[in-house]
Amino acid sequence: MQEEIIEQETSLNLSSAQLGLWAFIATATMLFAGFTSAIFVRRASADWRPIPVPSLLWLTTAIILASSITIERARALSKAGRRESLRRWLSATAGLGILFVVGQLGAWRQLVALGVYLPSNPHSSFFYMLTGAHAVHLLGGVLALIYLLVRSLNGKSTAPGTKDLALCATYWHFVGGLWVYLFIMLFVM
Amino acid sequence: MIADADKGGAAETDHEPRSFIRRYVFSTDHKVIGIQYMMTGFVMALVAGGLAMFIRLQLAWPNAKWPMLAKIFPEGMSGGVMNPEFYLQLVTMHGTLMVFFVVSLILLGGFGNYLIPLQVGARDMAFPFLNMLSYWVIVPACFIMLGSFFVQGGAAAAGWTSYPPLSALKEAVNGSAMGQTLWLLGMALFIASFTMSGLNFVVTVLNLRARGMSMMRLPATVWSLFIAAAIGLLAFPPLTAAAIMLLFDRHLGTSFFLPSGMYFGKLITEHGGGTPLLWQHLFWFLGHPEVYVLILPALGIAFDIIPAFTRKPIFGYRLVVYSMLTIAALSMIVWGHHMYVSGMSPYVGEYFAIATLTITIPSVVIGLSMIASLWGGAIRFTTPMLFALGQVTLFGTGGLGGLFLGNATSDIQLHDTYFVVGHFHLMIGGVTLFAIFAGTYYWFPKMFGRMLNERLGKLHFWLTLPAFYTIFLTQHFLGFGGMLRRYYAFNKFQYLGPIQKWNVLVSIATFVLGTAQLIFMFNFFWSLFKGKRAEANPWQATTLEWTAPSPPPHGNWGPQRPIVHRWPYDYSTPGDSEDYTPQTVTPAAVPVTA
Repeated sequence: MQEEIIEQETSLNLSSAQLGLWAFIATATMLFAGFTSAIFVRRASADWRPIPVPSLLWLTTAIILASSITIERARALSKAGRRESLRRWLSATAGLGILFVVGQLGAWRQLVALGVYLPSNPHSSFFYMLTGAHAVHLLGGVLALIYLLVRSLNGKSTAPGTKDLALCATYWHFVGGLWVYLFIMLFVM
Repeated sequence: MIADADKGGAAETDHEPRSFIRRYVFSTDHKVIGIQYMMTGFVMALVAGGLAMFIRLQLAWPNAKWPMLAKIFPEGMSGGVMNPEFYLQLVTMHGTLMVFFVVSLILLGGFGNYLIPLQVGARDMAFPFLNMLSYWVIVPACFIMLGSFFVQGGAAAAGWTSYPPLSALKEAVNGSAMGQTLWLLGMALFIASFTMSGLNFVVTVLNLRARGMSMMRLPATVWSLFIAAAIGLLAFPPLTAAAIMLLFDRHLGTSFFLPSGMYFGKLITEHGGGTPLLWQHLFWFLGHPEVYVLILPALGIAFDIIPAFTRKPIFGYRLVVYSMLTIAALSMIVWGHHMYVSGMSPYVGEYFAIATLTITIPSVVIGLSMIASLWGGAIRFTTPMLFALGQVTLFGTGGLGGLFLGNATSDIQLHDTYFVVGHFHLMIGGVTLFAIFAGTYYWFPKMFGRMLNERLGKLHFWLTLPAFYTIFLTQHFLGFGGMLRRYYAFNKFQYLGPIQKWNVLVSIATFVLGTAQLIFMFNFFWSLFKGKRAEANPWQATTLEWTAPSPPPHGNWGPQRPIVHRWPYDYSTPGDSEDYTPQTVTPAAVPVTA
């Protein structure tokens, strides 16, 4: 039987997985664009009372930035084929991600201690809602990392694991960048 | 550019499933999923159409008592008389189900999933598992929407547009309780499903085309679905954001949309400072692109069906593609034309009016291209062609109404009247519905290996078209006369007395329309089992799906995927003895001129 020559027309030099991820990132960006326009509109109301920055947020921001560094390290190691060390840095990233969410919950508790809840005022409403929405997206990234880890532990993934890790890293940086943006939107502007 | 990274969809390395469950229930095959979407959409159409019958019953005879209906809807029709809140529920759910769970499901979920891999020459979608997931997320969404009728207070009643404060306060109206919450959850699931499908459409069209299938050799159907999916991916998320905020306002005490100082029976003290206008902006930011998500695939389907029955290429293929892209871009920046009377600055209104009227230009290019595509053709008046032609007329007529509404000044008079209702029904009721019918009659042979009955099809058409115009063209004039939307009865308004008889006419036409669809349903199911067997290419058409068997096997083609040598509209090609040249015919056999 003649072997089929698999050739295809593609428009951009991106794999389906890459294209799919970028399309998803575009969608997620639009979600937070919607929230952004909402916060700008709501801010104009007379009842806007800014809440203080929960101190834990400085720590969580540092954690998430660090996690971008650790996943880049993992990516570099994956390219070099160093499987053992790669797993350590992947775990570190996932761990930092979980630590970030724990820290965010801690920040929530800091506000609760001050008597500031979700419905207390519009700023707090946005704070709880946006941190919650962001955390959901980040946990999705953590799940992807755990999936990669499990696969690499099984020894089933070969060198192309680099591609999946690269995709995870892209998404991870997006979620990290998104946090910085939200932080600025909520507390700097 | 050619790459071998993605091997035409996972089906290349897939084994064909054996069990009934894996073949027909939890299938990753795009053809099965497409048919599942289509059938689900048809079922939802029965419900949504039924709701319309009740609406028209009420509007034509507002004083009448219907004891039989009191038995089915004890709360809504107690004593046989429809109460106004129930009417609002009917209107809300009719709109919601039709827009999202019928038209979107059938055109994008059904035809999109079925046709895209076949027409681009792929074995399946880029992400078959995600595709299956997208369907099985829609199914609970359907149940949630339908189930909302049976919870305490009944279904949502704030219109398909779900404006706060009516939708934000649980006490506001019957249906604003559990019904509205279920509406929001159903919509959330719908948007999740749409996102999954949208990713699949976009990636498959960009990455999985067969060799030789450049973007400008894609059938118009594929272009339209690709563009619609891209619009949807970008436009839906702000509605997701708004839905989350509305859920919070309803259940968690926030005030994104609820203003201060609002009286509702008693003073509402725990909410304040929000603005309902924010919801309107976020909703219509999706709402306007949404109508193009619905109508572009309808137009694309027409451009595929027309040439098969004129035996000549369509007019202006490139122009049509560029027009669709322009419409998509412009559609994202005109949402304010739904809000002209909301108190916006006239300058902002002027901007939205200018932008809206600019969309007229590519729309007219498309409409004129459709008409020009007929010029000089040897027209075969088959059922799919009749529905496609009907669609062209509806696009023109309905589009004219858009000129009045797009203009901020005239819209002030027409907003929230039946002029709007007539306009959008002609467009996203008429153009899309006729495309669904045209597409079904056209692709039924490919999907099921049998032909639909032509005589029944023609009867279906000749009943549907006049009924449709009677209902919705009349409503434009009712709107001029001052008949307002979402009112459950008009018998208390003296100035509307003279036109009540037109409401009766509209309702009778609606019942005729509804009955005519029974013919279609009968034809569909009868032909599934007893229809004439269809060959691979019964219409002698040129696009790739017709090179596969009817119905195509798992993987769509045999060991070799098609190789494309020409654009999709080589009908009556010079140098070909046949009056059509499929896309796979080599240049050696027939010269490539277009």
